Amino acid sequence: LVYIFNVFFSQNYPLYIRSVPTQNELKFHYTVHTSLDVVEEKISAVGKALGDQRELYLGLLYPTEDYKVYGYVTNSKVKFVIVVDSSNTSLRDNEIRSMFRKLHNSFTDVMCNPFHNPGDTIQSKTFDGIVSGMMVQTA
Amino acid sequence: MTGSQWELPPELCCRPMAFVALTGLDVVYNAVHRAIWDAFCANRRADRVPISFKVLPGDHEYPKCRTKRTSYEWYIPKGILKTGWMNKHLNLVPALVVLFYELDWDDPQWKEKQSECATKVEIVRTSLQSRNTKVAVVLIQKKTPLPPGRGLSSERASALCHACDLSGKSLFVLPHTDHLVGYIIRLENAFYEHAQTYYYTEIRRVKSHKEFLNKTTHQLLFVRHQFKTAFFSELKQDTQNALKYYRTAYSLVHELRAHETNMLEIKTMAGFINYKICRLCFQHNTPLDAIAQFRKHIDLCKKKIGSAELAFEHSAWMSKQFQSFGELFDEAIKLGLTAIQTQNPGFYYQQAACYSQDRKQLAQQLCQVIAGVNYPSPDPLDTQSGGLDFYGQRPWRQGHQSIDPPDAEKEKTGILALQIKERDVPHSELIIALLSNAVAQFKKYKCPRMKSHLSAYNLLLDYVMCDYRTERWWGLLTAILTTALRCAYLMASIKDYIIYCMELLGRASTLKEEQKSRIEKNLIKVLSNEVPDAEPECDPSSASAARSLWNDRTALAGSNELTIEVQDYIPFIQCKAKFQSPSFHVDQPIQLQVFLRADCPHPVSFNKLAVSLSNQEYNQWCVVESSGQDSMTVLPGKTKCYNFSFVAKTEDVGKKIEMTGIELMLGSDSGRCVFLSWRGAGGDAASAHEALQASRSSRRWGRSIEAHQELDWDSLTMQHSTMIISRVPKISVQLSHQPPALTNEMYCISLTVQSQEEAVAKDVKLTAGLKPGQDANLGQTTHVTLDGSEVCDDGAPALLPDVPLGELKPGEKLERCVYVKCVSTGPRVFLFHVAYSIDTAVEGRHIVCKCHKDQTVTIETLVPFEVSVKFVSTKFEPLDRVSVDIPFLLMTDILSSSPWPLLLTSSSLQLLTVTSNTPQLQSQLQEVVLQTGERASECFCLRCPPQTNINNTVATGQYLISWRRKSSSPDSPLIQTTVTLPHVVLEMVPLYIHAELPSFGRVRESLPVRYHIENRTALVQEVEMAVEPSDAFMFSGLKQVRLRILPSSEQQVVYNYYPLMAGYQTLPQLNISLPRCPSFNTQALRRFLPQRIFVKPQGRQPDDASIAAA
Repeated sequence: LVYIFNVFFSQNYPLYIRSVPTQNELKFHYTVHTSLDVVEEKISAVGKALGDQRELYLGLLYPTEDYKVYGYVTNSKVKFVIVVDSSNTSLRDNEIRSMFRKLHNSFTDVMCNPFHNPGDTIQSKTFDGIVSGMMVQTA
Repeated sequence: MTGSQWELPPELCCRPMAFVALTGLDVVYNAVHRAIWDAFCANRRADRVPISFKVLPGDHEYPKCRTKRTSYEWYIPKGILKTGWMNKHLNLVPALVVLFYELDWDDPQWKEKQSECATKVEIVRTSLQSRNTKVAVVLIQKKTPLPPGRGLSSERASALCHACDLSGKSLFVLPHTDHLVGYIIRLENAFYEHAQTYYYTEIRRVKSHKEFLNKTTHQLLFVRHQFKTAFFSELKQDTQNALKYYRTAYSLVHELRAHETNMLEIKTMAGFINYKICRLCFQHNTPLDAIAQFRKHIDLCKKKIGSAELAFEHSAWMSKQFQSFGELFDEAIKLGLTAIQTQNPGFYYQQAACYSQDRKQLAQQLCQVIAGVNYPSPDPLDTQSGGLDFYGQRPWRQGHQSIDPPDAEKEKTGILALQIKERDVPHSELIIALLSNAVAQFKKYKCPRMKSHLSAYNLLLDYVMCDYRTERWWGLLTAILTTALRCAYLMASIKDYIIYCMELLGRASTLKEEQKSRIEKNLIKVLSNEVPDAEPECDPSSASAARSLWNDRTALAGSNELTIEVQDYIPFIQCKAKFQSPSFHVDQPIQLQVFLRADCPHPVSFNKLAVSLSNQEYNQWCVVESSGQDSMTVLPGKTKCYNFSFVAKTEDVGKKIEMTGIELMLGSDSGRCVFLSWRGAGGDAASAHEALQASRSSRRWGRSIEAHQELDWDSLTMQHSTMIISRVPKISVQLSHQPPALTNEMYCISLTVQSQEEAVAKDVKLTAGLKPGQDANLGQTTHVTLDGSEVCDDGAPALLPDVPLGELKPGEKLERCVYVKCVSTGPRVFLFHVAYSIDTAVEGRHIVCKCHKDQTVTIETLVPFEVSVKFVSTKFEPLDRVSVDIPFLLMTDILSSSPWPLLLTSSSLQLLTVTSNTPQLQSQLQEVVLQTGERASECFCLRCPPQTNINNTVATGQYLISWRRKSSSPDSPLIQTTVTLPHVVLEMVPLYIHAELPSFGRVRESLPVRYHIENRTALVQEVEMAVEPSDAFMFSGLKQVRLRILPSSEQQVVYNYYPLMAGYQTLPQLNISLPRCPSFNTQALRRFLPQRIFVKPQGRQPDDASIAAA
């Protein structure tokens, strides 16, 4: 099983990357980075249609041979990406959606921390914990 | 074995079309036949029926049909599909043979020709032997055809059919006339029908075999038959059914028992069938079906690797599957399908490239063992026929279908041969071609990041690094840099090697500390012109090749200086520079700081640091060089600061000095010099963002540099330019004046300049006047002069430039008065600019500084007083018109609006038309002082001379007032203000009457009154006068009288009034009428007469007098 959690700032540089397993991490980084193409395309497509009534969850970005990549964008253009093994059929759209929501909540908490400087990489134990929790739960 | 082994056979990839053979045409020598053939094969567009034509000689030998098997009971198939089968049915076995024969219905030698034709048909039939191929005859006729059913033609047609054993439907007539193409198209359609029936029967024939087959031994045949049916359906252009049959065939292929020996065959066939299915799906415009089929295919085949020693074959095959699907997809897009970002051919090309990379790796692993082994002889891959009988079989054991290889030794040599062949395949070229395809596709579908990712494989490293750097993906950047460093090492490219090292040592790199330290050691080696250690993960053989390259490079003399522009990278030495202040006075030394910081694990030493400035003359002051042995060192993680200072030139006052670049020299002349060069004031690709982050956090926490002893690097801002401004003047300029200014006055502003300099201020100059840049009209209405003794004229300028004031010794004071005359009201800004030059010394250098001090003042201009003028009658009644030769009064009124007291020295009248009624006019305003709001009035008695000709309005003249401020000195000039008197309307009166009476009366004392009546006309006037009685007066005189007055003469009437009551009393009313001209308004005359008189009460004095008299 492979899970990668990513948070990006609006300028598309990573704030947080976590992946299990850790070998072959570089390939996942590439996968995630390329998935941003689709995220941006989706955002720009939606932006034209329906101003702020946007669905944050972007759904399955694209299926590769081995992974499924899901995307989520907050209103402040912070992007979340989750990559899972495509053989894992137990994860349905709804589960992914709730994972994103949890991630978003936790991210908001991080941002509320007065000692956190927005734009810096996330070094929050709570956030780490939540992510690890999700990884365990879905594994 | 080359890559081409994996290519799909062309007969699989083409679109199958019915094959029709044409015989009896002599296309070389016969022009008519040539034209017919051209009409068949030229312009085969989509609207023509899909047939492939071929001209064959009449006695052509068609492939023999093998004797049909009646029973399959003991038959064991040797393979799935013969390699020649598809080609046979596409190009060798026709569905229809058409015999062309020149014969007219009314040919004189009909009988002979008929039998010749029958013979030809027979020849064709025999060469087709037992095939189901149809035969048709086309008669080429010279005449236009007669309508069918006419005697001769129908009779001879049936005769011919009989002779040739043809059905009537297979006999055609082609008149060789103008409409050849039209006939040909009709013929084609007829041929197409025949072909379709042929393929239909073929399908039936193949299907009929099915009942003889059994599941155990004939599994291969099931697949083969399904494939054949599908292929025939395609030839029949029945693509729907073809797709159905192919799908069945596909599932049957996977039902086959797979083992190592036939794995390749199964995969090859599965690939073929999959290709056909996908192709048809795209053709049917159901791309999703195609994609689904392809996914299924890949999922099913992914694990079927086959022989482990030939694992690279599987990768090659997989790569080919993806590639050909990508090509199909791309082709469909060209035909109008729309792809999307997440589903486009690029992904398939990318996967193909991935598998090619796998292939390369596997090939490297597997072929290592055979290094040095000779190619086996005899060649196991050689077959007698030069090709394979069945698709996907091994050349050394064709037709073998059992699980174990028949000959272990042969198997070994075969595999060895394959491995040796694989070794020579140019894998990288294949990979690059595929990646280029993918990149092109991703470009088309807006996936810039995907493109970068793939370009990374394509070794367009520099270009990609830039992308990742700007997107701040340090992990990816580091990975690429590592690859790039390896490349640079292998190519012994010194400059690139240094750049990559620098960046890998920098803060953006995610490498571990020990790796960094290894790289830094290598970098130091390169700097001292030594060969660096090999990068890990390098091929030992290529590493040794690289080492010798490096040796050559290092041995090369000269060219050991390198300049690297580091601005766009993230180097391991960071540099920021700043001027201490955004501006410096010319008499201050300019201070400049350069901060350096190293991010690498070991200290870095350098030999020279130089800042270049926009004015290159200053560069000499901004260099620091290591002296002798000890070089300058930057410690890891520490900031080092270098201070420079220099004195600016006086010519540069008002100019900007910019840093154009900073250079840092690593290494030494003895080894290799590398100049790191930053543009402007330093910084690199990442520092802008870091500064932004730092500013965010410091704004929140008020984190200041003082709080931290250590300088906060990120919040260090760069100041890349400074202004040189002139020296601060040490003089005081004071203005004293009494605002506001009054219109037209010579407003005095006194200027006091006092020097506080320690030296003599030379060449002091004053520029005074209206500040430039204000309303243009102000320039016209403002005059400035230094001469206050007289009122300046309009020629005086608005700004007095550069008035020399001489020298000013220390502490000396200088005063000047500047006079300003403002013609119009409103605010004005005046500028007083005192400039001088002085000698000073800065850091031991003598310079002549120019200093100046500006003082501005805003002055409001007001009107000093308001003048109002009016004409009144002698009775002080307002006049709307003035009667000629009758005295009237001019009243003037001056109202001071000046906040300062005004001194009116005199006033005068300059009269026009009218004259003064009094002998000499004397001003009543001599030396009068008016305070704010006070008024001064004058009254003049005027008269209009009689000889004036009456033309409505006349100008009356001007009123002149001379004045000055009371506070101004007595010798200051007087200001003349001129007020134009109003115009008056003149009129003539025919009769004028005026009374002569004392100024007051007294009760019970006689009051003599004399009325003068003047006739102003040239006619005699008769006047009736009557006095009405009054309560206040008794009177004596003529109560009623009629007079006659001669022209220009007067009559006098005298009355003696006797007042009875005291106080203001109305005089008895005098009624005048002109009986000769009753139209004359006598009321008008009344205004000349006094109405009332003041009567004093009876005093005591007369009593005393009477007492005295008594």
